[in-house]
Amino acid sequence: MEEKLHDSGHIEKSTETIDGDIATLNLGPTHPATHGIFQNVLKVDGEKILSSEQTVGYIHRAFEKLAERRPYNQITPITDRLNYCSSPINNMGWEMTVEKLIGAEIPKRVEYMRVIIMELARIADHLVCNSVIGVDTGALTGFTYVFQEREKIYELYEEVCGARLTTNIGRIGGFERDFSPTFYKKLDNFLKTFPKVFNEFDSLLSRNRIFMDRTIGAGPISAQRALDYSFVGPNLRAAGVDYDVRVMNPYSSYEDFDFIVPVGTQGDTYDRFQVRQEEIRQSLRIIEQAYKNLPEGSYKADIPEFYLPPKEEVYNNMEALIYHFKIVMGETPIPAGEVYHSVEGGNGELGYYLISDGGRSPYRLQFRRPCFIYYQAYPEMITGQNISDAVLTLSSMNVIAGELDA
Amino acid sequence: MKSKLTNEQVAERLQKQFGEHIKSVETPYDFLTIEVDAAKLYDIIFWLKTDSELQISFLTNLGGVHYPDSEGREFAIVYHLQSMVNNFRLRLKAFVSKENTEVDSIVDIYAGANWMERETFDFYGITFNGHPDMRRILNEDSMDYFPMRKEYHLEDATREDKDDRFFGR
Repeated sequence: MEEKLHDSGHIEKSTETIDGDIATLNLGPTHPATHGIFQNVLKVDGEKILSSEQTVGYIHRAFEKLAERRPYNQITPITDRLNYCSSPINNMGWEMTVEKLIGAEIPKRVEYMRVIIMELARIADHLVCNSVIGVDTGALTGFTYVFQEREKIYELYEEVCGARLTTNIGRIGGFERDFSPTFYKKLDNFLKTFPKVFNEFDSLLSRNRIFMDRTIGAGPISAQRALDYSFVGPNLRAAGVDYDVRVMNPYSSYEDFDFIVPVGTQGDTYDRFQVRQEEIRQSLRIIEQAYKNLPEGSYKADIPEFYLPPKEEVYNNMEALIYHFKIVMGETPIPAGEVYHSVEGGNGELGYYLISDGGRSPYRLQFRRPCFIYYQAYPEMITGQNISDAVLTLSSMNVIAGELDA
Repeated sequence: MKSKLTNEQVAERLQKQFGEHIKSVETPYDFLTIEVDAAKLYDIIFWLKTDSELQISFLTNLGGVHYPDSEGREFAIVYHLQSMVNNFRLRLKAFVSKENTEVDSIVDIYAGANWMERETFDFYGITFNGHPDMRRILNEDSMDYFPMRKEYHLEDATREDKDDRFFGR
């Protein structure tokens, strides 16, 4: 079966050998080209890769075990450290999972606010990935351009939650406060300046002959194999499958927005780059729509048992004090049950499988980490390729060590 | 996007095809959850993938759960499957006892199951028969216990100065 599926792809793998001398090369654990701590032991014939063996787990922090002892609101900071290039998506995915479990009704305004933050996070995530592909081909300029814009996104996070990288943004039930006037000012500024800088970045790489020669055909995977390896997100779409959680199972009011799901055809590095580029443009469109139609209302749901009351009320109001105490001590009753919720993270379907037995912390919480699942296809994708292509493939798959090892 | 299949439809097809190997059918939070015979897991997942009507041919997630108190069914293996064509999700569960923690590997149905099964082995000690490389993946190879089992407390279990009632389960 393995053999047959392999043949069904449209990608030909070269079989030529150079001189028959086989060498072993350690790519990683710490290597500037891997952008994270993971090891690949490559068998190479000259420049050509014959086989690769991966070792992962260097930064395994046992998040799933940790989560079994923490109250629900203390698990949000753990999710920050999964894909740390787009922490807000992880945070909000988790918050939505708990909201699903407790059956909370979320105001439309919160959902739109979340969409704005999540799409900003997607832009930041894709900017890192795409500009790093540029760096790995030797083009550092684009990287320096877009990192200034990424900085602006981080300032926007900072305006909402006070943190930049590991954001712990939002609360179960909404946000800790409404968007401030400074936030809107900064967002206006970002929406005005970003497209220009982004187009400049795009024109540096997209149709650049050298970049195209380097990336086209590097690390390809067929749609069939990608599905077999449970690929999701931009990597799957680059192979030609138009699967996007935001469209298939809309959450947080994504059904209200008009956007396109870009797909590639070859599943190679160039397609992955182009899919992410287009997704950045579509994310901008979504942000503009959400910003323009941002509904009036509250920035938090009416769930006093889960959402910390404001401090002044805690000091002056008996009921608020009780809720505050119960939430902080993790004494809030939670329904028993099991839910699976998934969001479209920076790397694709990020799932949370939560089993609650009614206790103060989850009985079992499993993260479906897209990186962990699709990184196992890496040896297959680089066999027969050059070492330089392997480096490009790795960066274009956007393997984030935090998400890989959990 | 609406699903083209209903929970009842899928449950009925499965029951017709596998009869007594389907142990129970539930729909918590509208998510079809089916408990099946651990020995039949491979066949059921293969059938779901190849059936032309259901086309449940994408493995979303795979993992274990430990229930130390339920005798004879201490470990659950949970598969989340999905059909992209029909936009349908399904959860399959199978239970094994702590004496015999073996199930068939589905790596030759889904190549992506490889690391997920290794992770489940690493955390819970559930072995997958027919797996090409049944080793630990995230933890070190020399580790001699399975850390996600409930008997291993996150904090030092020998400490007496902390009353566990106040600090989690």
